[in-house]
Amino acid sequence: MIKVSNLHKYFGNNHVLKGIDLEVEKGTVVCIIGPSGSGKSTLLRCINLLEAPSKGHVLIDGTDITDPKQNINALRTEVGMVFQRFNLFPHMTVLDNITLAPIKVRGMAEKDAQDLAKALLKRVGLADKADAYPKQLSGGQQQRVAIARALAMKPKYFLFDEPTSALDPELVGEVLDVMKSMALEGTTMVVVTHEMGFAREVADRVVFMDDGVILEDKPPEILFTRPENPRTKSFLDRVL
Amino acid sequence: MNFSLVSQYSGFLLRGAGLTIVMALGSIILGCLLGTVLGLMRVSSSKPLSLFSGAYLQIFRGTPMLLQIMFIFFAIPQIYNMMTGSFFNWKPEIAGIIALGMNSGAYIAEIIRAGIQGVDIGQTEASRALGLTQHQTMQLVILPQALRRVIPPLCNEFIVLLKDTSLISSIGAKELMYRSRSMGVTTYDFVSFLAGAAIVYFCLTFILTQASSWVERRLAVSD
Ligand SMILES: Nc1ncnc2c1ncn2[C@@H]1O[C@H](COP(=O)(O)OP(=O)(O)OP(=O)(O)O)[C@@H](O)[C@H]1O
Ligand SMILES: [Mg+2]
Repeated sequence: MIKVSNLHKYFGNNHVLKGIDLEVEKGTVVCIIGPSGSGKSTLLRCINLLEAPSKGHVLIDGTDITDPKQNINALRTEVGMVFQRFNLFPHMTVLDNITLAPIKVRGMAEKDAQDLAKALLKRVGLADKADAYPKQLSGGQQQRVAIARALAMKPKYFLFDEPTSALDPELVGEVLDVMKSMALEGTTMVVVTHEMGFAREVADRVVFMDDGVILEDKPPEILFTRPENPRTKSFLDRVL
Repeated sequence: MNFSLVSQYSGFLLRGAGLTIVMALGSIILGCLLGTVLGLMRVSSSKPLSLFSGAYLQIFRGTPMLLQIMFIFFAIPQIYNMMTGSFFNWKPEIAGIIALGMNSGAYIAEIIRAGIQGVDIGQTEASRALGLTQHQTMQLVILPQALRRVIPPLCNEFIVLLKDTSLISSIGAKELMYRSRSMGVTTYDFVSFLAGAAIVYFCLTFILTQASSWVERRLAVSD
């Protein structure tokens, strides 16, 4: 379980996260929605310590990752992340992108890592792209490779930061389909997204964030149809 | 003006050109080693290392190269003498290579810093999110990408360095500049000998320019 409690984040004087409490149970999908600048990315990035929380705690399976004595690298292998702009390694083939961390971090044998990578590429529908370079792929294909790269570490949790926002509209579906299949398999996912259809269909809970606080945290069928907070209402009116 | 004199002494001049090439190579190697270490220090999270590297750059960028050459050739042996009481002297070629290498190390460090910092921060974040250590991230993800970016400015630095070896003639290294000037003095034919040296320098830098644009084209293809 991921348990965030009273999390604060400052950038200089900018108070970006103002006491976030959030729990993500194993096997659930939590979507985070909210206006631009509300701190959604910052919250995700605090969960795998790409940003250092200013105050509060983040517990991953009971281990407090804000404890300076923790081995951050080991913890990060349990929390995979998929970025808005893919961040594939441009100097490596698709296969090498996927096998790098399993080999270097998990110490997996090269052959095993390649077999794993090929199986994952098949799963995301890119079995024929193993030897391509990222530049030779469309945005949707690159994002699917990035998901395969995260899957290869077999993390317990997945963080997605607007995985489809950088994609042409016609490529969004192929990435969402992969994410849906992950959700169906019981993968634990925290997804920052503007895809309300995806949130409604896949999420167990939808969290609405505004100005550094969580205003509502409800199952989608309730949040989308009967939002309580006026700010949630006006946000949904704008995006739906 | 008498170019037949130049061809008569071409062996003498070409030996000077040989020394020019050797000194350029020596200072390039030293400069790359120093520059890599200093460049990595500059981007490291350790404040003292980064400050040291920054100060080094400031000193070498803020003083004339000719002064640096003379300082190493003349002043270092004096400092050594003051501190230990014993004597030593550099060969001008060695002192020159060290001075040029230390000078270009400062500029190469800056090239390497820019190359590393020019790699998208998302690359580091993706690597760290996968659990790679800071060291693995640098070695496997950042440096290979930085290398492509630093090759064009590095080639440029090599061309500058090759021409700057002529300054070492001022402390008596018998390279191309030294020899053509001394032949000019002996024969009173500066035009032919300086023009001859200019042609040799030009050919050497021309080869380097061609090589560097070939490398750039290759990089563009594989990108
Ligand atoms: N590295 C940083 N340094 C300084 N300020 C930052 C940094 N990252 C984010 N911020 C600030 O924190 C606030 C929240 O940013 P964040 O990226 O978390 O918002 P977001 O909800 O993800 O927005 P969007 O929907 O546009 O992605 C913004 O005001 C932003 O300017
Ligand atoms: Mg964001």
